[in-house]
Amino acid sequence: MLARYLFQRLLAAIPTLFILLTLAFFMIRLAPGGPFDGDKALPAEIQANLDAKYHLDEPLPKQYLRYLGMILKGDLGPSFQYREYTVGELIGQGFPISLKLGMSALALALLLGIPIGSIAAWRQNTRTDYLLMGAAMTGIAIPNFVLAPLLVLFFAIYMGWLPAGGWNDGALPNMILPVVALALPYMAYVARLTRGSMVETLRSDYIRTARAKGLPEWKVLAKHALKPALLPVVSYLGPAAAAIITGSVVIEQIFGLPGMGRYFVQGALNRDYTLVMGVVIFIGVLIVVFNLIVDLLYALLDPRIRY
Amino acid sequence: MIVFRVAGACRALALSSVVFVLAACGANPSSDEAGVPAAQRWNIPELRFTADGRPHPDILAERQVLHRGNGSQPQGLDPHLTEGVPDSNVQRELFEGLVGAGPDVSLQPGVAQRWDINEDGTRYVFHLRRDAKWSNGEPMTSADWVYSFRRVLDPATGSKYAMILSPIVNARQIMASELPKEELGVAALDDYTLEIRLNAPAPYFLELLTHNTAYPVHRASVEKHGDAYGRAGNLVGNGAYVLDELVMQSHIRLVRNPHFYDNANTIIDEVYFYPIEDQAAELKRYRANELDMTYEVPNAQFDWIAANLKEELVVAPYFGTYYFGFNTSRPPLDDARVREALTLAIDRDIITDKLTRFGEIPTYSFTPPGVPGYDYDAVRPEWADWTQAQRNERARQLMAEAGYGADNPLPLEIRYNTHQNHKKISLGIASMWKKELGVRATLINEEFRVFLANRRQRTLTQVIRMGWIGDYLDPTNYLDLNHSQNAQNDVAYDNPRYDALLEEAALIADPVLRMQTLQEAERMMLADYPIAPIYTYVSKRLVKPYVRGWQSNASDHHRTRYMYILKH
Repeated sequence: MLARYLFQRLLAAIPTLFILLTLAFFMIRLAPGGPFDGDKALPAEIQANLDAKYHLDEPLPKQYLRYLGMILKGDLGPSFQYREYTVGELIGQGFPISLKLGMSALALALLLGIPIGSIAAWRQNTRTDYLLMGAAMTGIAIPNFVLAPLLVLFFAIYMGWLPAGGWNDGALPNMILPVVALALPYMAYVARLTRGSMVETLRSDYIRTARAKGLPEWKVLAKHALKPALLPVVSYLGPAAAAIITGSVVIEQIFGLPGMGRYFVQGALNRDYTLVMGVVIFIGVLIVVFNLIVDLLYALLDPRIRY
Repeated sequence: MIVFRVAGACRALALSSVVFVLAACGANPSSDEAGVPAAQRWNIPELRFTADGRPHPDILAERQVLHRGNGSQPQGLDPHLTEGVPDSNVQRELFEGLVGAGPDVSLQPGVAQRWDINEDGTRYVFHLRRDAKWSNGEPMTSADWVYSFRRVLDPATGSKYAMILSPIVNARQIMASELPKEELGVAALDDYTLEIRLNAPAPYFLELLTHNTAYPVHRASVEKHGDAYGRAGNLVGNGAYVLDELVMQSHIRLVRNPHFYDNANTIIDEVYFYPIEDQAAELKRYRANELDMTYEVPNAQFDWIAANLKEELVVAPYFGTYYFGFNTSRPPLDDARVREALTLAIDRDIITDKLTRFGEIPTYSFTPPGVPGYDYDAVRPEWADWTQAQRNERARQLMAEAGYGADNPLPLEIRYNTHQNHKKISLGIASMWKKELGVRATLINEEFRVFLANRRQRTLTQVIRMGWIGDYLDPTNYLDLNHSQNAQNDVAYDNPRYDALLEEAALIADPVLRMQTLQEAERMMLADYPIAPIYTYVSKRLVKPYVRGWQSNASDHHRTRYMYILKH
């Protein structure tokens, strides 16, 4: 049953991705300017040769069909900006770094966010609750382009404990500040979500039953209340995972990390059509996959859901 | 070159109204001024040199590794394909042209040990070093140069900077596919003698040969790897360093090239270039001692830097002009009186002293200072010596003549590409125009490529923000931009006499007469006011006091092979 469900879901994703690809293809080409424009005007013949080399001289529908054909073969084409690389290579190099960064940040967000939210719910409307939720609100409110430089200033420059930037093959000291900066807003959000649904759950009948049975409080919380209370958190995880992996542009810039996030912005600014398309499609697939994983997780957490 | 960036020369610095004393040309770290909190104190030995002028081994740090900030990620390292400043900074380490350049960018023998130029300046014969080798140990011969020059001009290569070599016989025809590349005026007379013929004398030709477009590429590697020649593992160069590792968006590592003919005199063993676009982030990495030299400094942090890192800040004039252009093909800017009035009413001192603040130099000419033999006084308009009040007075008169005044204010659009500095300057100028001339200016900011496209079309624009950084120290670098047939003539300037003067100058062999003709052309063009020059760019960066051997220069080229690191 599960296999069939998976197959159906993936099949349903194809039209979505197709629409995404089509819209992105025509929208980026609508933007004024082209990939080879610069302050320096190109001699006509050289411009023509570059256009011909990358098939930019063909009518748009033909280019579109050519691109579709390439995608079906799994080829994302050459980058226009970085002529020495293909888009596949660029994503292939950047993605593992973004993945490692994003997953670490997400793990940290969950590891701290869920306990904080649970404790706040358990001590609902007490000073502890207000304190924790106040901190969470602050975490959500401070954008990471403000937070990250402050972290660098303190830990890298004043204390000299951690590097101010650079990837260094993902060494732990280089990971700490970017992961924390990336995780904090997500952690705060997870804490709020957990608290909200935990408060609901703690009011349900079966929790009263559990307590009436004389179960110790930690068991009530951890064993009975937590699982259902996590459902909203889990559904948040899908988009959050995709966003944290692909959307860490700011963190990548500030810490000089070679992830794939920057290619999205740079590609668009440089009219690097193939790079933008490659990243859009890649992110599209990523979101589909993460949503699917979330749906599967649902079944694990909620006994009423079966595929 | 395409940048909003900057660097410079000591002597030019002395002429300028630099606001604060710079630790300057060569960075002097030991002058501890009272009251200036040094962010960090360095224990640097006194400079000592050996008899032949090399730094004494006793003062050198054990680890000779240099870390340089380098702006954005280079598009690539194939010297014929790229156009960015960060790209050429790295290429300059990996390759060397026929002609080389010293720490102050004065020309010196490169792969060519010496050269002869015929009387009318159209035939150059280069005598190549016999000990020049590729980084894989293969010998370099004149055939390598013939191949490389042809490759640049071959339209199939798609070299964006091929125009640099256009003075060579048949170069333009080859670029336009009218002649096969074999017709190029570059010939190997024997294995170590290369002849280059020019269409007309071009006194700046030797300097062009130091440009990355004129670097040699290794034929077998190019033929094997094509567009991927510039990648680590594929790239075979001939410079002081070889490409060891390139991680996109992270770093580029170069190591010493044992086959480089001057390797014995290279001191730094390893150099890292980091692509860091965010200037605030770059500053932080510099402060955390992860960088020895930055690419830029954030404008917004001027006060902090001036107070805390003053001795490490190096500012120098750069061969670049920041200016506003007027689209002369559309009303109301087709009226020269209006253009003149707008030009006069810009208070350049306010812009450089209050807005840009790093020592940019107010300018009244298009060609920035630094061209030897060019008489800037002969180009300078008369009003440049007036007070701002006098200029404003004259500007108001002109506006009144053109029919604009309090009852009929001139509406105007100022376009610039999205950037903090351009916004500040546009706002400043708009308010000067409003206050003095009653102009009602609208500011329009556009994303860079949109802005470029609009500028090139000339059908929508009025006032446009412009900037140009010369590729070589010659006025034609600038003046050609306003030739009526130039594709970059975004101000639609069209003056047949100006065109004729430029074309005439291109054929003059006598350098003095040539400069005079160009001066006349520039003066004539400035008097038509298609552009309003505002300031000369400066290069500005932070350099750790233990990094030595470099010199400020107007091209902002700093080859690592001349540098060394002191004990610290």
